[in-house]
Amino acid sequence: MSYATGTSTNQSPARNYLNAAHTVKSWLLTVDHKRIAILYLISVTVAFFLGGVAAFIFRLDLLTPEGDLLRSDTYNRLFTMHGVIMVFLFLVPSIPATLGNFLVPVMIGARDLAFPRLNLASWYMYMAGAAFILYAIIAGGVDTGWTFYTPYSTAFSNTHVAMTLVGVFIAGFSSIFTGLNFIVTIHKMRAPGLTWFRLPLFIWAHYATSLIMVLATPVLAVTLFLAALERLAGLGIFDPARGGDPVLYQHLFWFYSHPAVYIMILPSLGVTAELITCFCRKNIFGYKFVAGSSIAIAVLGFLVWGHHMFVTSQSPYAGIVFSVISYLVAVPSAIKVFNFTATIYRGSVSWESPMIYALGFIGLFLIGGLTGLFLANLGTDVHLHDTYFVVAHFHYIMVGGALMGYLGGLHFWWPKITGKLYNEFWARIAAALVFVGFNLTFFPQFIVGYLGNPRRYHFYPPEFQVYHVLSTAGSTVLGLGYLLPLFYLTYSLFKGKAAPANPWGAKGLEWEIPSPPPTENFLKPVTVTEEAYAYPLRKPGAK
Amino acid sequence: MSAADAVHHPDHQFDSPLQQRESLSLGMWLFLVTEVMFFGGIFVGYAVYRHMYPEMFHHMSHHLNVYMGGINTAVLLTSSLTMAFAVNAAQNGNKKRMVSMLLVTFVCSIVFLIVKYFEYAEKFHHHLVPGAHFATDPEYGDTAQIFFSFYFAATGLHGFHVLLGTICIAIFAWLGHKGHFPKEKYQPVEMLGLYWHFVDLVWIYVFPLFYLIGLT
Amino acid sequence: MSAHSHAGAIQKYIFIYLILMVLLVVTVAVAFFDLGALNLPVAMAIATVKAGLVVWFFMHVDHASVMIRFCVGASLVGLFLAFLFIFADYLTRGAAMLQMAN
Repeated sequence: MSYATGTSTNQSPARNYLNAAHTVKSWLLTVDHKRIAILYLISVTVAFFLGGVAAFIFRLDLLTPEGDLLRSDTYNRLFTMHGVIMVFLFLVPSIPATLGNFLVPVMIGARDLAFPRLNLASWYMYMAGAAFILYAIIAGGVDTGWTFYTPYSTAFSNTHVAMTLVGVFIAGFSSIFTGLNFIVTIHKMRAPGLTWFRLPLFIWAHYATSLIMVLATPVLAVTLFLAALERLAGLGIFDPARGGDPVLYQHLFWFYSHPAVYIMILPSLGVTAELITCFCRKNIFGYKFVAGSSIAIAVLGFLVWGHHMFVTSQSPYAGIVFSVISYLVAVPSAIKVFNFTATIYRGSVSWESPMIYALGFIGLFLIGGLTGLFLANLGTDVHLHDTYFVVAHFHYIMVGGALMGYLGGLHFWWPKITGKLYNEFWARIAAALVFVGFNLTFFPQFIVGYLGNPRRYHFYPPEFQVYHVLSTAGSTVLGLGYLLPLFYLTYSLFKGKAAPANPWGAKGLEWEIPSPPPTENFLKPVTVTEEAYAYPLRKPGAK
Repeated sequence: MSAADAVHHPDHQFDSPLQQRESLSLGMWLFLVTEVMFFGGIFVGYAVYRHMYPEMFHHMSHHLNVYMGGINTAVLLTSSLTMAFAVNAAQNGNKKRMVSMLLVTFVCSIVFLIVKYFEYAEKFHHHLVPGAHFATDPEYGDTAQIFFSFYFAATGLHGFHVLLGTICIAIFAWLGHKGHFPKEKYQPVEMLGLYWHFVDLVWIYVFPLFYLIGLT
Repeated sequence: MSAHSHAGAIQKYIFIYLILMVLLVVTVAVAFFDLGALNLPVAMAIATVKAGLVVWFFMHVDHASVMIRFCVGASLVGLFLAFLFIFADYLTRGAAMLQMAN
């Protein structure tokens, strides 16, 4: 059955998780992982647009070298707001809490996660954390940058730092609960026959992500707790004037925040594996290497945080170690890119919108990853640190990578989650706009960063203006690309054709249940007898 | 439905009582892993500053009362023993012993908190709480607040965990008395025991690191 | 999870408890002697033995699955790496090779 035709009637299956109950209470007190995924979807979408608006405003300000739209103070608050919201309220939860929550139990043949009430608690923690952060923003914002470096954040800033720290602290529990839930679920609740090496790579990616969530987030929690205490109670542990070491704060902060970027990218890599195999009609090349590389990235990712601190008083010897391991962590990342590419080779490729996102992901993640190597190099980092080069690097990974994966996955599983088909024409337009807009926004930033434009300044030398104008123009296109799905996806909820169980002809347990699924997911017990991605094309050249 | 009702009817997401028990156990241990990393962050910070200011740490430790700290260590170790007894009793279906051992554990933890209260009160009195009223040390100046910052952060967070555990012990003693943890459904008591032993573990390190450096 | 014989388990716990109390006395007593650079390692060694006893016997890791033991190991490894890499910084600041360059 092809995507466009849908089912013969416009109605979804009679009894599914969406129409099981209609009250607000049934949603707010749900323990169904699929409903919790929807709750998260709404929350992270709101967060994304808030963070995006902040970015758009300061990109407007950056059209001119004098920064005449905003005061410096306001500019600082806007980029901080953008960073805090995008990192903690969007990127970290985005795929795991929406697609992960929905799909992890289904992909392994389970009725729900191991701890459904903990799952609901994690959403409430997210909302509570978000409430604190939003309150701080509305009350005037924070101007420290999302990294809250001391002693500025603890001793000098006149903004609502403590409130924001509390909000991020609480939101961190959301992460920990989700990760804990996934680890137990994947270990204990796989269907009969579903051995580890038959798991979809989406599951491997979420497993590795969960390991990081559980091990790293508590360190952020205690760090922010100490920083908040310093601010509120007047401690001096990170204040050099009182014997403290601000670099210790950075060590503790980045001990979480570097692994956090792998929390943000690993799920997207998992999504891409699912998309590539489906739209090339081909088994993944080197399954075990791709699975293992997720774990390798998680492990190695814990040992590189000092590369954020090369230009501090951190010892250069420690810097050498961090630099070498930063190069090493590029290896499993590269393995994934090679294997995705090898999967596409001699595959039967089609260009549905999720595939456009997946292909965009591969190219943009590649650029982002390679530019990370320039930053991992101690010598070049001295020049590039705190310039727009860094900004471009991480946006290539986070937006060109993680966000494209999120959007690709959202489109791919939208029929399954909602039971509706979206308009494929507009989806392809949006994907193209996102790809073009993204590159126009961020590629100039590599150049202007290399030329010396520092980050977090809204004044810049006039000779750099052309790059900023290109970047702002790109951000307009990008914003349009993001707005379009908001419209056509919402439209599909009301007017979209009913989706069949498997509109893409994909392999995986989630495609064997109705769209949308019943509350208990599976009406009959599941036994798995074949490998993942058992598409017709398994060997290169096979017809 | 809680794990306590998991005899023949596991929660809907589980296929068997065994799967539920194993999942709960793994979940609890993973939670303890997060707690290790949480307290670990404080210990790392402590280690860095002790490395930087060894004499200051040695000197400031004099202000801590070894006897109160020692008593608290003994009390917590004893409470671990009585908790182990309680879990064992639950495992064997001995309701009376389980409840009484939980109550003894509860009393031990209250003693710990009371001693802690007196310790803290003494610190406040002597202006050793970092912040606006901190009495600057004649020899080490304002840097001395680093030792006390870590002292209060570590013992404060630990004490908070003790408090939460104490409340849970009381609740479990009540539920146990009401018959919620028969032999077939003893696992929640064991999970509480794991948490309580962890709290003891943290103190086993806090005590020598803060109280025992200044004795020579 | 096998049930232990009631008396056997109780005896075991009491025995471990007595060792813990002895170690408590030892660690306080040792603290009154200045062992120089060994002060910290000795105190930590005693604390680790105590912690090990609590984990192995009181927390039933002696009967636990591989997965649980892996959790214990993973958290220790995680802590160890955090200490190692942070001290790789603090212990090598101002090291000899750097001063040569000045």
